Amino acid sequence: MGFLKRFFRGRAGVQQLPTGTITVDRNGHVVTSTVASAYPKNLLGAIGRDVLGLFREARTAQMPLAEISLQFGSLHITARELRGGAIIFLFPQTALLPTPTRSRS
Amino acid sequence: MENRHKILILDDDTDWLTLSREMLAALPSRPEILTANNGKRALSLLESEPVRLLICDLKMPRIDGLQILSIVRRRYPELRTVVLSSLEDEEFRSRAYALGVDLFWIKLEMQRNPKLFIECLESLLGRDDEPGFRGIQSKSLMDIIQMECLSRSSTVLRITRGPLVARLWIQSGELYDAEAEGVRGEAAFRRILSWKSGTFENLPAEPHRERTITKPVNALLLETVQDMDEDANSLAPDSIEQSAHRKTVWKLALLAREGAEFVIAIPAEGLGEPEAIGTQNVSQLVQWARHVAATARRLGERLEAGPVLQVTGQNMERQVLVLDREDRLFLVGWPVETAGNLLEKGRKLVASWDS
Repeated sequence: MGFLKRFFRGRAGVQQLPTGTITVDRNGHVVTSTVASAYPKNLLGAIGRDVLGLFREARTAQMPLAEISLQFGSLHITARELRGGAIIFLFPQTALLPTPTRSRS
Repeated sequence: MENRHKILILDDDTDWLTLSREMLAALPSRPEILTANNGKRALSLLESEPVRLLICDLKMPRIDGLQILSIVRRRYPELRTVVLSSLEDEEFRSRAYALGVDLFWIKLEMQRNPKLFIECLESLLGRDDEPGFRGIQSKSLMDIIQMECLSRSSTVLRITRGPLVARLWIQSGELYDAEAEGVRGEAAFRRILSWKSGTFENLPAEPHRERTITKPVNALLLETVQDMDEDANSLAPDSIEQSAHRKTVWKLALLAREGAEFVIAIPAEGLGEPEAIGTQNVSQLVQWARHVAATARRLGERLEAGPVLQVTGQNMERQVLVLDREDRLFLVGWPVETAGNLLEKGRKLVASWDS
């Protein structure tokens, strides 16, 4: 079993984007998650740690922030500070869905 | 051996793939056409074949066109990309252009005007081995205006420079009106010509547009060029101070126009000093903005989420926006009560910063 995978493992692949919500504690550990369980846990952990780092650095710069949004070409991450941890919303920016936070004023 | 370019068409509709393959076979350079009906297959082909041009649909199941475009832009920067979609929403058009695509076509328009589509593709393929024009990619805005007027055409030129949009109305080869950054007429025309880069498209003519420009276009072009030359040569030692003062006033006016509290333009480390207006807390904010940009870039690459478009933050008093441009980072702050689309305001401010 898995014989063919040995030969085709190195082929070009694409990681599906995460969709859902995670909460991380003040140490960056993922506490709860609605992201598909197939999504790599280490990447969710990286998102949590990086987001907490942004909040921490903002406090150091004397500009504490309650919310941070990162807009990538195909993913939108919105994080709200939560007692030292954070709740993080992950929205893939696909052509199938409108941009969720787009202001139309 | 004949060196034929390879074109890859990515679309989940197999009938459309067949149709496109037949149509592209008519290209004068006779490229080799490859097809893929999902993103995975397309990436696999791009890895194994030297593809020159990718034609990509947007709306596809599982992994859609925007994600594919994000990935190929990073992995294959030389690859030319065209979006061919049935989504007519302007938002998708701007998002695709933000991802660096060369062309965006609606499928219906392509079916209505296949000849023009073929010509555009042929131009993109860049037949470098043959002499002659390569479309209009290397022409300046002045050349384009002169060409339109010399050919006595009637059109509306829509010129875009980031978030700034300008229009030029040309009727039977004569310049009728111009509109840019809230002004009209000759002033708008001069402002448009000062833009160093951008994109343009031809829109249908509007023959009933009110005429605000009466000077012949060549006279106007000459005057504008002379003004620009004078401005460029006016940096004598005694006027440098005045020039710096004028720039500061201009930037303060920009700040007020967009309702911003402060702006910091941050060059890459070691390439100059940050330029700040409206805040004293420069060094700490610069450090934070650099940290944000580095984190966002790293995260974007790890998640394969494409380039960082912007980062925003908010607290009880303030809203901030970090825009990562090629040569600099911009950190812009607004009071929390500022209404409207801050991203749009920030982009306008940044686009006008060096004007």
